[in-house]
This record gives sequence, C-alpha cells and structure tokens, in this order.
Amino acid sequence: MNSPAAHFSLHGRDDGLNPGDVLLDVRNVSLAFGGVKAITDISFDIRKGEIRAIIGPNGAGKTSMLNVINGFYHPQQGTISFRGEARRRMQPHAAAASGIARTFQNVALFKGMSTLDNIMSGRTLKMHRNFFWQLLHVGPARDEEIANRRKVEEIIDFLEIQHIRKTPVGKLPYGLQKRVELGRALAMEPDLLLLDEPMAGMNLEEKEDMSRFILDVNDQFGTTIALIEHDMGVVMDISDRVVVLDYGRKIGDGTPDEVKNNRDVIDAYLGVPH
Amino acid sequence: MFYRETGQFKTSYTADQQIFPIRQDRIGVAIILAVALLVVPFVANEFVLSAIVIPFLVLALATIGLNILTGYAGQLSLGTGGFMGVGAYACYKLVTIFPDVNVIIHILLSGFFAAAVGVVFGLPSLRIKGLYLAVTTLAAQFFLEWCFIRIPWLYNYNPSAAIEVPGKTLFGVLITGPAASGVARYFVVLAIVIGMTLLMKNLIRGRIGRQWMMIRDMDIAAELMGVRPLIAKLSAFAVSSYICGVAGAMFVFFYLGASEPAVFSITLSFQILFMAIIGGLGSLVGSFFGAAFIWILPILLRVWLPAMGFDIGAEAIFQMAQIIIGALIIFFLIVEPHGLARLWAIGKEKLRVWPFPYA
Repeated sequence: MNSPAAHFSLHGRDDGLNPGDVLLDVRNVSLAFGGVKAITDISFDIRKGEIRAIIGPNGAGKTSMLNVINGFYHPQQGTISFRGEARRRMQPHAAAASGIARTFQNVALFKGMSTLDNIMSGRTLKMHRNFFWQLLHVGPARDEEIANRRKVEEIIDFLEIQHIRKTPVGKLPYGLQKRVELGRALAMEPDLLLLDEPMAGMNLEEKEDMSRFILDVNDQFGTTIALIEHDMGVVMDISDRVVVLDYGRKIGDGTPDEVKNNRDVIDAYLGVPH
Repeated sequence: MFYRETGQFKTSYTADQQIFPIRQDRIGVAIILAVALLVVPFVANEFVLSAIVIPFLVLALATIGLNILTGYAGQLSLGTGGFMGVGAYACYKLVTIFPDVNVIIHILLSGFFAAAVGVVFGLPSLRIKGLYLAVTTLAAQFFLEWCFIRIPWLYNYNPSAAIEVPGKTLFGVLITGPAASGVARYFVVLAIVIGMTLLMKNLIRGRIGRQWMMIRDMDIAAELMGVRPLIAKLSAFAVSSYICGVAGAMFVFFYLGASEPAVFSITLSFQILFMAIIGGLGSLVGSFFGAAFIWILPILLRVWLPAMGFDIGAEAIFQMAQIIIGALIIFFLIVEPHGLARLWAIGKEKLRVWPFPYA
C-alpha cells in the first residue's frame, strides 16, 4: 500500500495509452432478449481522456449498451476491446477489476451504510489484507484501512460532501445521493467511468454542480468518461463526442456540432416516422 | 448533558475509526466490563449465573452469529438451531475422540464443523433470496435435526439419544459437567463471548464486513465494485455458522450439561431469529439487547409478578409473563421496527444534541 504521505492521484493505471488513443472499442455488437432486439450491430469507440456522450430517445438501448460494456449483459454478436484486449463475455467484477466503474440511472447506493462507508466500498478491489488480519484489525490491516480512508477523504473533499460523511445515505436528498454515487465510482480510480443519467431528476443548480464535477474529474484525473444524458444542453456543452442510438441502432456519431446537424438525429428526436 | 462529544477532536483517522469514538461510550463500556468481571460473579448466586447470565451470554453470541448472516449479509436463515446443534455434537465427538485435549480448544474447533455445514447449505443463496432462501435453510434445520436423532454415532450410541457433558478442567479448575461451579463457567463463557464479539466487530468494520453489507443493500452495484457474490455470501454463511456452532457447543457444555436432539429444534432457530429482529438486525449491541429481552425478561417477570402481589399460581404467572412479553414485542416493533439497537442509537443521538431537538 502507499505510504501515508502518498500524494493525491486518482489517475488510472499507466497503461501506455496516450490521450486520444482508443481505450474502448465496441465492434458490431448485437444484443437480443429472446425476440426483442435491444442493440443491433453497433460499433463505436471511446478514446482515452475524452467525455463521450451516448444519447437517444427512451428505449434506444443506451443503458443496455452500458450493461454490455460492464459485463451485466453478454452480447450475442460482436466484440468489445478494452485497452486492446478483445472480449465477448465478462463478469461484472472482472470488468471492475480491469478498471471500469459505473453509476446507475436509479441511484444504487448501499442504503444501510454511511456516505463514508459507501465511498469506502469503492476501494474494495484496492484492499487485500486477508481474513485473519481483518479479524484482528491491527498492523497491516489497519494501515490499509487508514490509507484507503485517506484516499476516500480526498474524494469527499473533491465532491464537497464533508458534512454528510457519517450520514446514512438513505437520509440524503436525491442530488447528494447522486454525488455520493459519483464518489463511490471515483474511489475505484477507474480508467473508464460510465455515468448513466447522472443528472436525471436534478434542478438546474444541481445539474450545474454535477457538470462541474464531471468536467473536473475528466480534467484533473484524466479519467475517460462515457455518459448517458437526456439534457441536450448539458450533453452538447460538456462532451467531446456524441454517439446517438435509436431503436438499438446507431444513427449518428461525431462532435456535438456534427450530431446537432445530423438529419437522422433530428428526425429521431422530433418523431418523424423512420 | 453529560453525553456529548464537544471538545473531543479527532486528529487522526485511527482515532476516528476506533470502535467507540466518543469518550463517554468508552467509559460506559469500561464500567460494564468492570461490573461483569468484578461484581456479577461475586454478587450473583448459583441460580442467577447458571439459569440467567450464562445462557444469556451464549444466546447473545448465537444471535451475533445469525446477525452476521441475516443482519449484515442480508441472507435470511431459519437454520440457526441446526447449526448450533452441529457445533454441540461436533464438540461432543471431539471430546470423546480426543479426551486429553483441552475442552476450550474443542469448543473453538467445533465451530469449523458448523461452518462447513453452513457453507454447504449456503450454496442455494447464490441463486435464491429472501423468503425462498429461508425455506431452503429450513430444509437444513430439519435435515440436521434428523441427523441428531437418527445417527447414533453422534451421541455415542447412548440409549436415551442424549449427550452428557463430561467434567473437564481449565488450569485445574472444573469448567464443564454437573460439578463445575457457576463462577468458573461464567468466566469462561464471558471470555469467549467478549473475544468473539470483538473479532466480529473487527470483521464488520473492515473490508469483509463492508462486502457483506454491499451484497445486502444492492447486490448488483456490489458486483460492479468488484465483490464476488459467491465469496461474499459463502463467507457470511461460514462465519455465521462458525459463531453459531461455537455458541451451540457452549450452550450444551456450559449451560445445559446434557442435551437431547429436541434442544436444537426449529424453536431455538426462531428464538434466535426473534432475538436478532427485536434487538436490531445489523447491530452487535442489538444482539445483546435482543437476547436479554427474550431470555432474561420472562425470568424476571416470573420473579417480579409474585413479588408485586400477583399471587395467582406458578402456571398462571408463566402464562402472564408470556402475554406481557408478546405485547412488549409488538409494542417495541411498532415504536421502532429496526429494533432496540435503533432505539438505543436514537436515544444517544438525542442526548448528544440536548437540549436542542436537532443539531
């Protein structure tokens, strides 16, 4: 473990990739539940260091796409390469171990635990002391706990949630719960951070706060971010590139400006029959 | 008032993460320990020690065992009695086969047999949850009870199908069997219960305990944080069953002295489950509250009611106590569904900000 004086760094592992290199490559992925096709032959990539938005009307397959990326769903066709390693099937904990973190559309915090413990839970994979050290909670086990607590406190400072450190998360207002969930994902020090509607149900002020945190995470830690979001203003403002899904197919891909002027995208959002 | 943390500044994470961060709590625990060590053994008579205090401590330990599984890891179990029985019979066989080894070592080892059985019956938890899991643990309960009756090897072919605890010593003092003094047994039980409680507290506040709670609260998110459900759930079954097994062995060796299969019936499972629920799921101190409520209160009522002038005969007093306990259970669960431990926590919270309603 790091020495107590380890300096603050939430950068992912050094994987030899430079900003702009392809971090995640989705190739011809198709996913169906029985006869229902959730995703049909979708390909896109996420480059290291960028903020990539995935947008589309309801039922377009956005969340399914995230579930494929972090291993909840196993696509029938296609491959996903993360840091150059191609795979078809992966278990969620293996995705977590390889550096993919995620927040959920409906807040999926551990309701019975405090803010601190929730964010500490993000450190699970960083803690290795075995059962017998844990039983005694002395020496290396305690040092490990304290070192990880230090990291977590840095995240708490970053997200400005010091005052709710010991509050059970079930008692927090929705906007703060979303922020704690972001903190929990950040605690994993991910290479790729998937955010599923981080601003759903928020008021304007909360959305601005969250946008600022997302930009800061990307900027300060260099974390690559893929987010699903319905607020087009936010998406166009903060994302580097946007991929647009509709009925499980990709209908647009490019910079916010390119996507904004894409005929198919406009039709999909305005409900033109297609 | 006197209970508040004003002025107690924490300057390190170690200080902030100790078990009792508030000084008044530490003083309170020290007083309780001092009473348990220095007052109880000299004030309490043989009856109080043997019939009230020792079984209370043992049942509290069993409740902690169940709380690990149900309260912390969220896996409902009705097999507690069976797992306790495995510990008791394992300990009995160990004492029979290795009579020269110290009985304390046997008791601690017997938990491992219960843990192994618990892991096997925990396997369904990987596929099913909640009440359905409870039904499969019920199968464990009935299967184990059947074993205790139908496998004569377990009770050394005793014609009465009972196990009788031989007299064993620790440091030359008799601690088991009919001739052992209450004080000697009390100290051994107290030491084991305090030690186990401390170890469990350590587990719960560390990585492993957090993994259990993650699985309990949101298993999908837990998987995404890198928790393997297989390992988290089965380790909860193993630790829980270990504690229950040790408690079962202690129940026979330090309290009953002799036991028959009916001791470890579904009734015991339910009793422990009620202790966990009324005390507060997911709370160690609640396990002690729950055990005290279900075990000590009825005995006290049976003593107090006649003393207060309700002279209505022993049988009626017994029924009366049952009725009062039942009513109190309903009352407390309506007041606070999360158990006595939550009431305790709310009370402490109110004291901390007194005289203001909130901080």
